[in-house]
Amino acid sequence: MSHPPPETNRTAVLRVYRGEAGKGDFRDYPVPVAPGMVVLDAVHHAQAHDAPDLAVRWNCKAGKCGSCSAEVNGRPRLMCKTRLDELPLEAPVTITPLKAFPHLKDLVTDVSWNYEINRRIPPFQPRPDTDWKYSQEEADRVQEFRKCIECFLCQDVCHVLRDHDKKDLADPRHLFVGPRFLVRVAGLEMHPLDAGSRTRFLKEQGGIGLCNITKCCTEVCPEQITITDNAIIPLKERVVDDFYDPLRLLFGRRGR
Amino acid sequence: MKHDTHEIDVLVVGAGGAGLRAAIEAAAAGARVGLVCKSLLGKAHTVMAEGGIAAALANVAAQDDWRTHFRDTMLGGKMLNNWRMAQLHAQEAPERVRELERWGAVFDRTPQGTILQRPFGGHTHPRLAHVGDRTGLEMIRTLQDRCVQSGVQVFMECTITHLLRDGARVAGAFGYWRESGRCVVFRARAVILATGGVGKAFEITSNSWEYTGDGHALAYEAGAELIDMEFMQFHPTGMVWPPGVKGILVTEAVRGEGGILRNSKGERFMEKYDPKRLDLSTRDIVARSIHTEVREGRGSPHGGVFLDITHKGADYIKRKLPSMYTQFLELADVDITRDPMEVGPTAHYMMGGVRVDAETAASTLPGLFAAGEVAGGMHGANRLGGNSLSDLLVFGRRAGLAAAEYARALPGVPALDPVQVDSAERALMAPFERPHGESPYDVHQALQKTMHALVGIFRTEKDLQSAIEELGRLKTRAARVRVEGSRLYNPGWHLARDLECMMLCSEAIARCALLRRESRGAHSRLDFPKTDEALGKVNNFARREGEQMKVGSSPLPGMPADLRRIVEEVKA
Repeated sequence: MSHPPPETNRTAVLRVYRGEAGKGDFRDYPVPVAPGMVVLDAVHHAQAHDAPDLAVRWNCKAGKCGSCSAEVNGRPRLMCKTRLDELPLEAPVTITPLKAFPHLKDLVTDVSWNYEINRRIPPFQPRPDTDWKYSQEEADRVQEFRKCIECFLCQDVCHVLRDHDKKDLADPRHLFVGPRFLVRVAGLEMHPLDAGSRTRFLKEQGGIGLCNITKCCTEVCPEQITITDNAIIPLKERVVDDFYDPLRLLFGRRGR
Repeated sequence: MKHDTHEIDVLVVGAGGAGLRAAIEAAAAGARVGLVCKSLLGKAHTVMAEGGIAAALANVAAQDDWRTHFRDTMLGGKMLNNWRMAQLHAQEAPERVRELERWGAVFDRTPQGTILQRPFGGHTHPRLAHVGDRTGLEMIRTLQDRCVQSGVQVFMECTITHLLRDGARVAGAFGYWRESGRCVVFRARAVILATGGVGKAFEITSNSWEYTGDGHALAYEAGAELIDMEFMQFHPTGMVWPPGVKGILVTEAVRGEGGILRNSKGERFMEKYDPKRLDLSTRDIVARSIHTEVREGRGSPHGGVFLDITHKGADYIKRKLPSMYTQFLELADVDITRDPMEVGPTAHYMMGGVRVDAETAASTLPGLFAAGEVAGGMHGANRLGGNSLSDLLVFGRRAGLAAAEYARALPGVPALDPVQVDSAERALMAPFERPHGESPYDVHQALQKTMHALVGIFRTEKDLQSAIEELGRLKTRAARVRVEGSRLYNPGWHLARDLECMMLCSEAIARCALLRRESRGAHSRLDFPKTDEALGKVNNFARREGEQMKVGSSPLPGMPADLRRIVEEVKA
């Protein structure tokens, strides 16, 4: 069995962004390093010993719930899956909240926008005549999308949301639902028994055209969902098929 | 102090499987429904469920039916289950699973294209509908999406601290927004508790921070009765190394898919403890067996035992147990396709909870309902794996339906008593007023150590008595904790409140455990190692009498002869 060598008397310094509503600064917290320790363990240590009011979201601490998203040394990560021993501990470990969403306090941001987007997506619509049978291969295709744990790291890293702030719920011209919800739509569109169509939603309310396939979302996904290639590009193709294909425009939309 | 007030028909507290399913049903029945959760939507503990949903669909074993599922559940619960709940659960679970599929859930498939089912501990046939080892995620996402489409109002990151009453009935609930620290009042005709369990009272647990026994405590404080609190399930397989991940769940699906437990001598030790069912024995037995192997010096280097699935091959393991594969690779540097895991027991599930009516999930307090882990009775002395997710669906639905009916039949909106609101608010704010005091984190840690050492897998009268004394001291300490900082998203303050709930549940666990002078299911007394037939006919209860906790025994509901025959068929 392979285990990391026990680390003795090592101390890491956490440099955590503290403050409210975008006004704040960094505070340092010394943390003794235990074998296999993850960043979230270190944050909990700081909470229990130095900063009882340090705000952080977390739930399962096992990479299953997607709550403890933050930027560790500038990179969007789940803190529960980021090991201290993979970070350079000579320098402080910098932890900042997700940048793409409004800051509330310390490491906590307001992600409620995502829940509003989710509510707008046309739901699953089963075929009326289905016998509810399909193969594992058919299931595999959508199960990839359904692995999403809604950590919103892909939303955080997406430049359309992060840099261009296309989050205007009142004006679809300035709204992009982001990779998370394109993955969700892909899970519905490619469900073997779904009879609905969400291409109009994608085109007119989802801002799918704003994605220019830089694949940053795919890189940060802790569930290794191939967001761009398997979800976004096929959806873009469906939108093109349904709205821009001259033959289809002449002969009507395909049945799906 | 100013607070928001929301008026609704049915308030659901908790947004895991039971809460979501209850909210969907209550809304479908025409009620205005509010759903409150401590975390963001979709993060509740259900999301961590791995192995599957037990339901006699008979897709894999054609001979399976509700009777067999009922029998397995009763035998697994050591006959202490509420028979009617076990019956309804077994009968209705298949339809609840098919319903999830109709709402968009994508389960793993059989070669015939139907929902695939896997074997699990204590289940006679392969019975667990599943999605690899992330069944809970599939379930919560399906319910969550259905719920928001049903017009349910969702209140995220809101903690309920007190139930409000109008005379003898429930009138709503009081709580606070985690984000702002402001108070909130929900006026409601009916309240459904779906708050889950209390694993966070223990040092080693698979449970998330939310699992602090809030619903148990809310019900108890409001005058409802708790039963079976001595039965805390220790899941046999949690991670034991490295220290930070201690307790994190290793799904029973590893054994369901063929994983084998071995001690340091390489022996398949379950041959000794349960030669018939081996590694797929019930959780109480496997947990005790592992504990015994470790105590007798046959443990693994980090104080667990080995769980080996390498013989199934890398492709199969990665397909059927993908999150176990990455969990061990990323957190413990172990490639489970090549090396065995190290595992040991972890506090996992509270069988005990609010005493409810089987048909309606109604508690003993009018207007208060409870479903899922916070409700007691369904699982008796030991829950079978997979029976939790099906429990959430079956009784979540029943609670939603009954609460909506209750709300509709109520002649008027229950009155709001400002005195209760004021006193709830004063209690909540008290830690800010204290100039000195301990950190709530220190008291929490002391509580976890006490429960682990004295009210764990094996119990004795002496330990339990020491635990009760120590809990008394901890209660005094908890009442004096001080919090720093503002009311804005302040985890120390949140913990100060959660501690009170954990403390109360811990006391109920210890007192009921002391009362049960036998070993049965998850409750093992070293001083009373045998099962006592007379005690198999009673539930222990705990309820508030003034400021005192009263515990006692009440007779189990009698099982009809036809059901008794079903259970005895196989026992013979």
